[in-house]
Amino acid sequence: MRDQVAAGERAIAAPARRARRARKGGTTTAPYLLLVPAALFLAIFFVWPMVQALLLSVRGEHGGFTTANFHRMTGDTYFWPAVRYTLLFIVVILPCQLALALAMALLLQADLKGKGFFLYIWAIPLAISDLASGIVWLAIFSPNGFLNSILHGLGLEENPFPFLTLEHPVSRFLCIVIAETWRATSLVMIILLAGIQVIPKDYAEAAEVFGATAWQRLRYVTLPLLRPSLQVALILRTLAAFQVFAIILALVGRTVPVLAEEAYNWSAVLTNNYIAAAYAVVILVVSIAVTIVYLRALRVRDEQQGL
Amino acid sequence: MNTATVTKPAETGAPVVRRRARSRRHMLGRIGLYALAILITLFMLLPIYLIAVSAFSPQAKIYTFPKALIPHRSDLSTATFSFFIHSTGVPQSVRNSIVVGLGTLLLSTLIGAPAGLALARFFFRGRGAFQLFILSTRAFPGVILAIPLVVTFIRWNLYDKLLGVILVHTAFTLPTTILVMSSIFVSIPRDLEEAALTLGCTPFAAFWRIMLPLSLPGMAAVAIFTFVASWNEVFAATILTVKNRTLPAQVLASLNSSQLPYKFAGGFALVIPSLVFIFFMRRYLFNMWGRVVR
Repeated sequence: MRDQVAAGERAIAAPARRARRARKGGTTTAPYLLLVPAALFLAIFFVWPMVQALLLSVRGEHGGFTTANFHRMTGDTYFWPAVRYTLLFIVVILPCQLALALAMALLLQADLKGKGFFLYIWAIPLAISDLASGIVWLAIFSPNGFLNSILHGLGLEENPFPFLTLEHPVSRFLCIVIAETWRATSLVMIILLAGIQVIPKDYAEAAEVFGATAWQRLRYVTLPLLRPSLQVALILRTLAAFQVFAIILALVGRTVPVLAEEAYNWSAVLTNNYIAAAYAVVILVVSIAVTIVYLRALRVRDEQQGL
Repeated sequence: MNTATVTKPAETGAPVVRRRARSRRHMLGRIGLYALAILITLFMLLPIYLIAVSAFSPQAKIYTFPKALIPHRSDLSTATFSFFIHSTGVPQSVRNSIVVGLGTLLLSTLIGAPAGLALARFFFRGRGAFQLFILSTRAFPGVILAIPLVVTFIRWNLYDKLLGVILVHTAFTLPTTILVMSSIFVSIPRDLEEAALTLGCTPFAAFWRIMLPLSLPGMAAVAIFTFVASWNEVFAATILTVKNRTLPAQVLASLNSSQLPYKFAGGFALVIPSLVFIFFMRRYLFNMWGRVVR
């Protein structure tokens, strides 16, 4: 009987206590319990593999530490071309993506009729993998593909032009640039659009009242305010660029080597995970270096502009 | 904002003429904008249309030149696509891709939702550090995770197993899941939950009856995102499997030996879920990509 009363009192008091505790947060162990699975999982399947990659790359096939893997990697005929192509792609593709994405984001802000439709169509490549987009553009660039058919139909050429062959390195390179720009620009557009939408419209309107042309409004109002989004897009796309490989494999095979492609090749085809790990470490180190350089470079400019 | 009203008072020499010239220029500008928008739309849409045409042309047609941009109805057939779908390993790989996608979705949500809740609803020591850790995982190249895991998985007997691929894909998607989940939970007013607690719900009941139903649409969006991310992932799926290929791994591994019809049909099969995905996700695009990246 007494127990029942006590239980009843507790039952009445409990909700209030719980509400108080929920408001206060901090004191309970609940958040830690909620986090444990995720933290454990990421420790095992994210942090540990990173460490493991470093270890693998300096380990010999018969144990012991060695730099042989890195020597073999840099001595490989594909290594330096892979480094060159990876950087070349970043230097050429990123500006294309940023410019196109900026144009798309601004167009979507220009109050066109049917902008919902435009956004839907322009977002489609977001969810397309680099393998799929390589194959999609193969249908267009292959010798008897659609681009040659169109050129033929316009009377511009008699016989199909082999865009993707070794003999035409420039057209081959451009094909990859176009395919990758097609695939990845949507993501940049979304990032920039999200950034543009939080810029108050008053700024541009004020500039307009004072007689600024559209170009001046873009150059001196929108772009400076959009800098954070541009930075995020730049960093994310650069990091992602180090991982692109299937689009190139699908379009031209291994004739254009890039770092991720070589890592894939060493691991999946040649089943040498030591060399593959060495490539992984190179990608990791370059990615971290690039991120730091970006953050530094962009921060310095912040201070100069007094923002 | 009407540009015509901005004309400065000092220049009112012939305001009407000036205004008219301006509005004509304005109209030309609008037409230019539409032309540009349509051009970009064509650039985005045409390749998808062309891969669809290629996948549904008879095999012989794929090798002919020149091709028609708009094929005659008699030149369309499902032969190429059904040839691909019935090729060795393909039906199995489609099934594997679906299993891996669903497994990743389930595991990612089960582990990610509680962590998202913790970040959204509690202030605790180490919260900032954990958030930073989650954000920084996005900066690390996912590609390189898979290589050391080959060695680990051989030891753990997870190599060439779908579970192994599910685990790696979950590692890829978990950070995003956690961040988006937390942004979904943050957007649900805390008052509702507190009211439930005051009225006698246990914390779990409050979550189950209030938070969960309200966050379901957002959770569905994350789920679709996770599924497509898994469906698209090719590097880890290829190097972690030999026989138990997912669809992209199957297509990638046979790139060198396969003919154009096989590739085109495979490419189209890979594109299908993305089309569905974007259609359902229009509303959540910014949640998924726009907000998370900040």
